[in-house]
Formats: sequence, structure tokens, C-alpha cells
Amino acid sequence: MIIAEQKPFERIVEMTAKARNILVAGCGTCVTVCLAGGAKEVAVVASKLRLAAQNAGRKITVTEATIERQCENEFVEKLAPALKGVDTVVSLACGIGVQFLAEAFQNLPILPGVNTRFLGAPSKQGTWQEKCMACGDCRLDKTAGVCPMARCSKNLLNGPCGGSANGKCEVNPQKIECAWQLIIDRMEKLGRLDELEAITPPNDWSTAHDGGVRETASEQAVPAKTEAMKSV
Amino acid sequence: MTIESNLERVLQAGKFAVTGELGPPRGADVEVIKKKAQLLKGHVDAVNVTDNQTAIVRMSSVAACALLSQLGLDPVLQMVCRDRNRIALQSDLFGAYALGIRNVLCLTGDHQKFGDHPTAKNVFDLDSIQLIQTVKRLRDEKKMLGGSDVQGEFKMLIGAAENPFGDPFKFRVTRLAKKVAAGVQFLQTQCIFNLPKFKEWMKMVCDRGLHEKVAIFGGVTPIKSAGMAKYMKNSVAGMDVPDEIIKRVAGVPKGKASEEGVKIAVETIQQLKETPGVRGIHMMAIEWEEMVPKILQQAGLSPRP
Ligand code: SF4
Ligand code: SF4
Repeated sequence: MIIAEQKPFERIVEMTAKARNILVAGCGTCVTVCLAGGAKEVAVVASKLRLAAQNAGRKITVTEATIERQCENEFVEKLAPALKGVDTVVSLACGIGVQFLAEAFQNLPILPGVNTRFLGAPSKQGTWQEKCMACGDCRLDKTAGVCPMARCSKNLLNGPCGGSANGKCEVNPQKIECAWQLIIDRMEKLGRLDELEAITPPNDWSTAHDGGVRETASEQAVPAKTEAMKSV
Repeated sequence: MTIESNLERVLQAGKFAVTGELGPPRGADVEVIKKKAQLLKGHVDAVNVTDNQTAIVRMSSVAACALLSQLGLDPVLQMVCRDRNRIALQSDLFGAYALGIRNVLCLTGDHQKFGDHPTAKNVFDLDSIQLIQTVKRLRDEKKMLGGSDVQGEFKMLIGAAENPFGDPFKFRVTRLAKKVAAGVQFLQTQCIFNLPKFKEWMKMVCDRGLHEKVAIFGGVTPIKSAGMAKYMKNSVAGMDVPDEIIKRVAGVPKGKASEEGVKIAVETIQQLKETPGVRGIHMMAIEWEEMVPKILQQAGLSPRP
């Protein structure tokens, strides 16, 4: 899922300095699970905003609304009634949700209340770790299910750099595991260590962001009618 | 193939090779290079020029190599994959060749987190093994990575580095084997302080017959003080400095530590000369170039052939 964390509160205050009627909008999917932007966090941010305004002697209205997903039209439509009288929206969804709202509600400022960090999963209670960088050509079959792109700090494809020590990555030996140590350990367990002797050629980055902004289409999404007509 | 590199000449003559290292200035001061070059000239067969080592911005290694070449030394161009993509790497290789540089050392590079610009974006488009392949392809097939033809001459002796003390230990030899398969011709190791571990690694290298396909140079760094030894042990990624070494340097009277450091370096070189498969040494006297001639003389390696 997408992992986000709340922005420093001062930044949110700064962004909303001119707002009179704020809606704090949460998202019920990824950011709820990673405790950054679900209904609970919405309530906290909203009450902190009210308090901050009160302390500054400003009169503002802060309302709250959390929808299932901020990145899909059928859910975003449901936000419309909550927007009456609102002059500013602070979205606690990931950057995708923020942009989606901005597209849907052209005349309203939609401000980001969280920092979208990465694609990841929990590593332990309350801690999340990056697992994938959406390179566009998944190679997990070749690396025993451990991603060298996102989980090696140098996205190396031919084995560990000289800084791998005691299973940790040189970039942050206290926290980050060396992806290549993990790959080698797992390949060994699977009896496939010899496969790592082959040289992986230079990567094709055109499937990643380096190829420009990406778009993808699903054939399944093609209307059934068209499919039926094809077979006629 | 003759590459017109002095290092290649020494290796072809079957001589025990000695390479040195020079860190360019953190600016455009040519005098720094001239001074260090004078200290090393005649004592080493070739001189590595570091490429923004530990991600600290310094004069470009291509430019500093070209200056060394003018001064009559044989430069080894260190190239890291951190700062340039395949377009810039190939372009700089051609530029380097045009300026008379005949040796290249292909490296992945330290992460920018360690340097003086930790907020920089890194590249890592290729890794060191892919860079070795790239140089070989430019040279032997006259083809660029993208498939275009290379115009005119391009010849370089291909080097790389390896850390026998990095983890996972066993895979270090596999990684060397991959570098050999990619086309590496000489290989310099990380500074050796833990000789038993180095010898263990070297034995694995020889068991696979890799020492016959690549000339391996053991890395030697003279220790200036106990503080330096401790710093290397604790703060430099991938360094293995055993406690005995630190104790030895710390155990001598004040003012004698550097002398002890030199002694350790000379002893290390003697041991390396006798280690099967080792074909040279790589002296990394970090900001202590003036000590290189003395160490090499004591080790019986200076003057050079
Ligand atoms: S290989 Fe690519 S798609 Fe697969 S996990 Fe890694 S970054 Fe994600
Ligand atoms: S230590 Fe491991 S994870 Fe970190 S950069 Fe090196 S190979 Fe990658």
C-alpha cells in the first residue's frame, strides 16, 4: 500500500493561514491503515486547527469528512455535500488523492496534509518500510521475492556493494537491511544461488518514471459490448 | 592488444605492480595535483584518481587524470556510477581517452549520504559490473550500449575494486567472478588490515582460478595514528580493522604511532608479495602521499621498472 505520514502541523497551519472554512478530508484506504489520514487522524488535525485558530484569535470553521477512497470518482462524488461553504480542503490522502480532489473540485484549493513516502508494508508494529518503487517491469522472480530496485539503496542488480556489513545497508546500518544479503539468503534457501552468477545487463528504465509520465490501459476495462462485437 | 598504458606494460612483463592513489583538490587548484604527483612519480606504475570519493565534491577525475598524464604519470581514471548515467559515462570515457587516459577503474560509488551534498539525487543507472561490460564493449566491439558504432580508436585497460571484507563473505568471490566475466583486467582490493581474512578470500579466488584471469592488487593504507585506525574501523563503510592493529598503533610511545603505522604497512606488503595469486599492491596513503616512497623503498618495491 501507499505509506504516508502526517506533515508537521506548523506546515498545515502555514498553508491554511488565510482559510476561514476548512474541510479536513480523510481517506479510508492506505492512509487509514498506516495511521496517517483516516477518520481518527482527521479528527485530530481538525481539532488542532480549531485550537490553533482560537489561540491566534482567528474565527474559523473546521469540518471533517472521510470517504472510502479519494482516488476514485464514485467515492469522491460523495464528498460534494460536505463542501458547502468550504473555502479550503486539507486532504489527508496520499498525493494521488490530493490531485484527484483537485481535478474534481476545480475552484477549491486542495492542500496536502500528509507527506506521501513510499510503497510499502509494515515491518513491525507501527513501522512501515519501502518495498517497491513501481519500476514497471517486476523482477521479483529473479531475486527470490526481494526487490533490489526499491530495497537496495543503490538499486544494484548484480549483487551487494562493498558497504554491506552484518546484513545491514551502509546507508543506514541501524535500520535498513541490505537487500542483497536478503536476496542471497533466500536464493540459498531455495537452492538457486547459482543463478546469481549470471550478469544482469543494464536495466531498461523506460518502463519506470524515467520513460516519462506513465499511463496504462486494461483490456478488461473495455466495454463488454465491444468485446461481444469483436467475436461476432 | 596494446593499450599504451604503463600499468599494462608492467603486468605484461610479469612484474609485481604498484599503483598509488591521488585525491583531487576540493576546488580547481592545480598545484595540489602537481605536488602530490611529484611525491608519487617514479615510485608507482600508475596512479588512481578518485572520483568525488565518499561523495565529496572535488575536481573532476577526468581533468585531474589529464593533468597527471601531462606530468608524465600513468593515470587510472576512477569512475563511479553514482553521478552519471550511461550517456554521461560513455561520453566521459571517450573524453578521457582523447586526453591520453588509458586505464579506467569501474566503481559503484559511495552513497551521497556520506558526502558534503547529502540532499543530492543519485543516478546508479549502471552498476560497476555493467560499467565494466560497457567499457569492454566500447573497446572490443566498438559499439556503444545503445548499439551505435564508436568512431575511431578507443582502448583502455579495465580495472575494478572489490572488498574482501564486505558481506556476505562467500558472495564476494562470486562478485569477483562476475567482474571477471564482464571483462575486468586488474582489480584493487579494499585496504587490508585483516590479513588472515584476506588470505582466506584469496584462497577462494585461486580455487576458482580467477587469479589467472585478473591481476589482483592488495590494498595497503599506512595508519597515521590510533585515532585514524579507530575512525576507519567505526565510521568507514566496509572496513575491517582488527583490534590488534589498533592496539599496536596505540601501544607505542607518543609520536611513534605513525612510525608503527609505516611498519605495519611494510609488513603487510611483504605478506602480500608472498600470498599466492597477488600480483601487485595498491597504495592508498590518504593525504599522506609523502610517506609512499619510504614505505615502498622499505618494502623493496621502489624504484619501479
Ligand atoms: S522489481 Fe519493480 S515492480 Fe517489482 S517490486 Fe521491485 S520496484 Fe516493484
Ligand atoms: S549495502 Fe546492500 S542495500 Fe545498501 S547499497 Fe549496498 S548492496 Fe544495496
